[in-house]
Amino acid sequence: GFLIPYVIMLVVEGMPLLYLELAVGQRMRKGSIGAWKIISPYLCGVGVASVVVSFFLSMYYNVINAWAFWYLFHSFQDPLPWATCPLNSNRTGYEEECEKTSSTQYFWYRQTLNISPSLETSGNVQWEQALCLTLAWLVVYLCILRGTASTGKLEQLSNPKTWISAATQIFFSLGLGFGSLIAFASYNDPSNNCERHAIIVSLINSTTSIFASIVTFSIYGFKATFNYESCINKVILLLMNTFDLEEGSLTADNLSEMKDYLMAAHPQEYAQLLPQLKNCSLEAELDTAVQGTGLAFIVYSEAIKNMEVSQLYSVLYFAMLLMLGIGSMLGNIAAILTPLTDSKAITSRFSKEVISGFVCFINCIIGLIFTMEAGNYWFDIFNDYAATLSLLLIVLVETIAVCYIYGLRRFEKDLHTMIGRKLNWYWKTMWAFASPLLIISLFIFYLTDYILTGTLQYQAWDSTQGQLVTRDYPSYALAVIGLLVASSTMCIPLGALLTFIRKRLKRERVSTVA
Amino acid sequence: MLGVLLLAFSVVSVASAELCKPDAQNAFKVRLSIKTALGDNAYAWDANEEYLFKAMMAFAMRRYSSKSTTQISNVLLCNVTDRVSFWFVVTDSSKNTTTVPGSEVEAAIRMNRNRINSAFLLSDKTLQFLKISTTLSPPVEPSTPVWLIVFGVVLSLIVAGIVFLVVSGIRKHKKKNKESTERENLEEKGEVTITIENGIPCETLDLKAGHVNGVFAADDERFTSL
Repeated sequence: GFLIPYVIMLVVEGMPLLYLELAVGQRMRKGSIGAWKIISPYLCGVGVASVVVSFFLSMYYNVINAWAFWYLFHSFQDPLPWATCPLNSNRTGYEEECEKTSSTQYFWYRQTLNISPSLETSGNVQWEQALCLTLAWLVVYLCILRGTASTGKLEQLSNPKTWISAATQIFFSLGLGFGSLIAFASYNDPSNNCERHAIIVSLINSTTSIFASIVTFSIYGFKATFNYESCINKVILLLMNTFDLEEGSLTADNLSEMKDYLMAAHPQEYAQLLPQLKNCSLEAELDTAVQGTGLAFIVYSEAIKNMEVSQLYSVLYFAMLLMLGIGSMLGNIAAILTPLTDSKAITSRFSKEVISGFVCFINCIIGLIFTMEAGNYWFDIFNDYAATLSLLLIVLVETIAVCYIYGLRRFEKDLHTMIGRKLNWYWKTMWAFASPLLIISLFIFYLTDYILTGTLQYQAWDSTQGQLVTRDYPSYALAVIGLLVASSTMCIPLGALLTFIRKRLKRERVSTVA
Repeated sequence: MLGVLLLAFSVVSVASAELCKPDAQNAFKVRLSIKTALGDNAYAWDANEEYLFKAMMAFAMRRYSSKSTTQISNVLLCNVTDRVSFWFVVTDSSKNTTTVPGSEVEAAIRMNRNRINSAFLLSDKTLQFLKISTTLSPPVEPSTPVWLIVFGVVLSLIVAGIVFLVVSGIRKHKKKNKESTERENLEEKGEVTITIENGIPCETLDLKAGHVNGVFAADDERFTSL
């Protein structure tokens, strides 16, 4: 069901916009701020907005790499630490919280994140996570030192949901609107065939994304079935032990009839037992979607722990996750660094190593927020709101700018000198009409959806119940969300306004001199 | 004679019924999950198995208190259900009317738990004495957590890589400065052998970083063919 919007979005939005950004970067040979300034001086805000979004992204994204490192380091034990529950203090049974939920979820929520019950209770910085985060930033710094000229492109796993998710996902996984594509492409040879590259990159990206999502969903189904069956078994055991029924008399098939019979035969004892009897349902298991990034860690570690040589698969999987994550981080950091290194004012004073080191250091310090006990809630805020709305707006402005302000014919001629071929009519129609219209409709859809749902809510982990509960955001969290969205989107009109004022002042000065 | 015997028998049976009943003092409930443990190889619970259980309890009491007075007849079973669960008490061998304190029975069972389990081909989970909580063996933990060791290795590799790259970058920078000062000295002496274009040596001109001028790049047709 999701594949249709995904493929349509890929064809209408993803490939044309990818091609556009690559071509712009390759032609202007500058990072995102410089490139848009060349197209039109009023558009310097677009580049700045891209850099701001990339900055927010790099702040929180490296925490995922820290978690991947944590799981990778813990894969060298036998048995895997998330395979069994730890014992409680007097060694008579397993930890209570771990009993209520599964051992993999316990490992994620308690031993990795040590999550607090709500956003308000911040707690302390977890030193283990802080160490892993520092290591992740050191790895990113090491890769940047080698230079972005030789590093590759971005690839991320997708998480399908609805039309909006399809579009945002295409943007996110292809890296549109972050300025990182423009930054990378500015290092390309001018005669590089970016049209072919755009098509190949987006197709490969989509095939791997679809393949990864198929695998993810099958494992997700496995996890839901497994949890459902163990829930049923727990209920059967409880009933058997309370009413001293023969073993094997209660099965999953006759459970509901037996429950009715027992309720009729021994009403008092059944009533006493009622609070402990959970109603197991497969739909409920499938609906308890673990939020976002937690899915990758919980679902896959659950699947891996049941495999034969689980340590090997665990190491391989988390190493792969790390490579994908570090690759994405390099793209984001390149988007931030290229405008900085393009500007002469900064490069004259500090060397490239010092600038990159400084950027990494600042991001690492800010990232320590996400290693606190309530850090995962702040992470979800950034994950949901830092990029989505701003990206739509940025990409919309980009398409309109290239098509109507710079001029489609002029751009066509530039591409002809670069590639040596005439521009296909498909790209022209996409850039001029289809993509902007679709983005505008998505934008309206997104806004109306937000207005209709009212206040924003988040999923908090309740350790007493062993599951996620929904809570409302406190007011300061809402303020942070508003600030995130505003700071990136406001750059565009502010940039235009500043350039306008500057031109006015220059004109006045010239007229007074003359 | 017969009357006295009958009276004694009835007293004993009444007494045993008094001693062994659910929630009696010093009585323990036992629950077996034979089918879960053995599957197709499960045996049926009958009077012979009960006899074995009584024998194991007597054995445990003998081993624990090391006075060989507890007999199989001192162990009383009652309320056997289909689940296979029942209650049992151990009566004092010297006086048939009182039961051995629960703490002694519990200690005896804990001491011999392994033997009792293996007699029935079961484990701690499938042969449960409900009041006696089992102590689970903790997993083996090394003194330094394994993940810290791996973390240390990776961290030192990364830091070594960074230091190497930074130092080599600084060294390259110094070499470039030295070369440019040398070249300036050579220029002053007039022994220039390096081709210079507008004051910049030709080798360092990175052709990729410049802007390609489209007017001159693609036009081969302006020149008349020979």
